[in-house]
Amino acid sequence: MTARPNKLLLRMAVVSAILLVTLVAALLMGLSLGSTHAGFDAIVKTLRGHNSSDPMLRAIVWHIRLPRVLLAALVGAALSAGGLVFQALLRNPLAEPYILGISGGSAIGAIIGIILGFSRFPGVTVMAFAGSMCTLILVMIISSGQSILKKDSLLLAGVMVNAFCSAVIMFLLSITQDARLHNIIFWLMGDMSMTDLKQVGILSAILIPGFILIFCLSHAMNLLLMGREMAMSMGLRLKTITVTLLVATSFMVSATVSHCGLIGFVGLVIPHLLRMVLGPDHRVLVPACILGGGAYMVFCDLLARTLPQQGEMPVGVITALIGAPLFIVLLKRSNR
Amino acid sequence: MTVAIDVAKISLTYGKVSVLKDVSFTVNPGEFFVIIGPNGSGKTSLIKSIAGIEKPQHGRIDIMGRPLSGYGRKALARKVALVPQTAPADFPFTVAETVLMGRAPHLGLLGLESESDLKIVRQVMVFTGVAELADRKIEHLSGGERQRAFVARAVCQSSDIILLDEPTASLDLAYQARLMDLMEALKNDRGATIVMVSHDVNLAALYADRLLLLKDGQIMSQGRPADVLTYETLEKVYGCTLLVDQSPLGDFPRVTLVPGKFNPFAGSG
Repeated sequence: MTARPNKLLLRMAVVSAILLVTLVAALLMGLSLGSTHAGFDAIVKTLRGHNSSDPMLRAIVWHIRLPRVLLAALVGAALSAGGLVFQALLRNPLAEPYILGISGGSAIGAIIGIILGFSRFPGVTVMAFAGSMCTLILVMIISSGQSILKKDSLLLAGVMVNAFCSAVIMFLLSITQDARLHNIIFWLMGDMSMTDLKQVGILSAILIPGFILIFCLSHAMNLLLMGREMAMSMGLRLKTITVTLLVATSFMVSATVSHCGLIGFVGLVIPHLLRMVLGPDHRVLVPACILGGGAYMVFCDLLARTLPQQGEMPVGVITALIGAPLFIVLLKRSNR
Repeated sequence: MTVAIDVAKISLTYGKVSVLKDVSFTVNPGEFFVIIGPNGSGKTSLIKSIAGIEKPQHGRIDIMGRPLSGYGRKALARKVALVPQTAPADFPFTVAETVLMGRAPHLGLLGLESESDLKIVRQVMVFTGVAELADRKIEHLSGGERQRAFVARAVCQSSDIILLDEPTASLDLAYQARLMDLMEALKNDRGATIVMVSHDVNLAALYADRLLLLKDGQIMSQGRPADVLTYETLEKVYGCTLLVDQSPLGDFPRVTLVPGKFNPFAGSG
């Protein structure tokens, strides 16, 4: 028997503990490395509010690095969990909020919000959510409402909507002429640098309930993989669960998009890697993706701001540079 | 005595296509009930309606004396299990994990199972003959093995009623017999009500207490196999030449197909 209750709980605990340690290590690395280096003990001292620590370091840690690493962890967690949810809903390992056009829709909403001069929260976030909901509804209508789980029609509809979103984004960029253009482009490629603890607090207030909700539905996600009829015959309220997961995930994704733009491949790479190591049970995978995705994004952001000699690059570039080749390797290997 | 399933005047349409027209019948508790009929006669739609997956626009269905619409999904799953015609081939879980998922309607939100659930799973895997497949992944099994695993999962649901949609289609002769014997044992020993859709009229004749014959969404005949499987009825419904006699095994009708005169190349030169 592979799935004794105590064994399952034990596996969940062990996997979560290992990944939590990894996440904490990544966070500490993110705090200590950068243009000004500091040892782990100095960082820990600063975090614990020691007055003896260097005021300069204190300012860097509290106002720049801490909000940034926490933002990265939250965004990575949300995108990985979002990818995992879409893969289960569509019974397709290549699904991701991006592929369905959900992120593209949020980006359109967010850009309109930025052009109109809204603040990041609530203005741009609400616009992004509205955009993602519009694309979600559009995708549903195209793939005809009731066949939510017929994966091909939904995926195809997503591809079309996504292409349309890209065109609209390009159009919006082409009519934006002033200084905002550079900001929008940089943000669009995934930018973590513009944040503070208050923003991080707002984002975590949005995302953490979402994480809990997804974890509560993790067994339902297992049943979903059996297909519509069998899942329903085993007591799954298919429509309710599907809509809840789609809306919650879209909301989480639009919250991350409005904070730091389009960051690709995280929702594909992290669930894939973890599934290869941990197996298909979502009750283990959901917490693993949240913690592991967070750690991965902190690491990617660290690379984004330390690799270039001057300035930094958008973290979306790093995730794509790591993610795309890795994904191709995974794809080749699974086809063998 | 309350009937297990009471289907009263149900009609189901997809868009403009009418697939079930004014269908009424009852299934008694502990009965082996088989639905037969030509392709496209509405058998699958009927069994899906009983499972609460399709919603007929007219009529009502009672399960164990209560209207189907009054059940919550989980409560219904404790009464009715379903083995659908098509199951995903790329299901990444092992057979043991899959069978265990059959306990879902009896479990809480996270599906954490107790020792008694595991005991049921172990027993079911042994008597459904999938114990030796326990640690194999569903996606690595043959069609027949996969079918047996999904049947074991349905049995594990411990429901009063088990619905099966052409369960023998991908099984070899030995496993066809074994599956039918299994269902009969569940009926006799546990009082389970079995409702099965089948294309195999001879298999149906051997096991069924009663048959329901559908054509174009309407009931053509229902009753004991000997009453339904008559030459006149079958020839009218299927539109081909058949021979109906008695099975050498006993008092069961036996249907033999008589090769027809249909020639696809006739007249093409």
